[in-house]
Amino acid sequence: MNADTLTRTVTVERRVPHSLDKVWRALTQAPLLEDWLMANDFQPKVGHRFTFHMAPMPGWNGVTDCEVLTVVPGKELSYTWNASGDEAATGIRTVVKWTLEQLDGAVLVRMDQSGFREQDQRNFMGAKYGWERNLGELERVVAGLA
Amino acid sequence: MHSAPDDLFKALADPTRRALLERLLREGELNVRALTEQSGVSQPAVSKHLGVLRQAGLVLERPQGRVVHYRAEPKGLAPLMDWMRFYAVFWDERMDRLEALLNRMDQ
Repeated sequence: MNADTLTRTVTVERRVPHSLDKVWRALTQAPLLEDWLMANDFQPKVGHRFTFHMAPMPGWNGVTDCEVLTVVPGKELSYTWNASGDEAATGIRTVVKWTLEQLDGAVLVRMDQSGFREQDQRNFMGAKYGWERNLGELERVVAGLA
Repeated sequence: MHSAPDDLFKALADPTRRALLERLLREGELNVRALTEQSGVSQPAVSKHLGVLRQAGLVLERPQGRVVHYRAEPKGLAPLMDWMRFYAVFWDERMDRLEALLNRMDQ
């Protein structure tokens, strides 16, 4: 069994009562994208490399390396979503895909972030230190953070 | 306050430090003397452990005169969440913001 081929996906879906054109602009115009997602230098051109960035937090330098993979106006947009800098070697390598579907008086917005690997989870949990999840109180606090 | 995940996991790898952090999470703010009482190690050792926890972003200190009070910083535990859970929460929250923006674009 090759662990590299076993990946998982995070999916979020919303039905928004707005026009397809407006949703597409919110997803593809850098200043609008910054308003709801993150500061960025995105351009809707296949092959364009850009970053999303926010304040660093423990365990994350806050910078995401991206490259535009597909642009189908009003329909589909996807880009890589990878760990950057010192975290690039061991960090996540995922793809974020947006799919828009015209419904009656609304748009179905779907986001799939795919490519989470088993090793991402292991790295995240610091298994390399042989640290077992024997955390008691800590586990309850961590559960409360989400 | 950015600390490498290495710092975090190393800080939590030690059972004495975990016990100190759990006590702060349970009981709120405590000084070194109070923390030493039940720790089974010396006061200088407790101070050293607290330094490591502080470095890892898990503990905050508040000096008051000659006494320093310590309290847990639960946000420092955020990296213990797995990436999938982190992003599930992240995207849900960003979708809320996207909807808010779309509503504003109407005006």
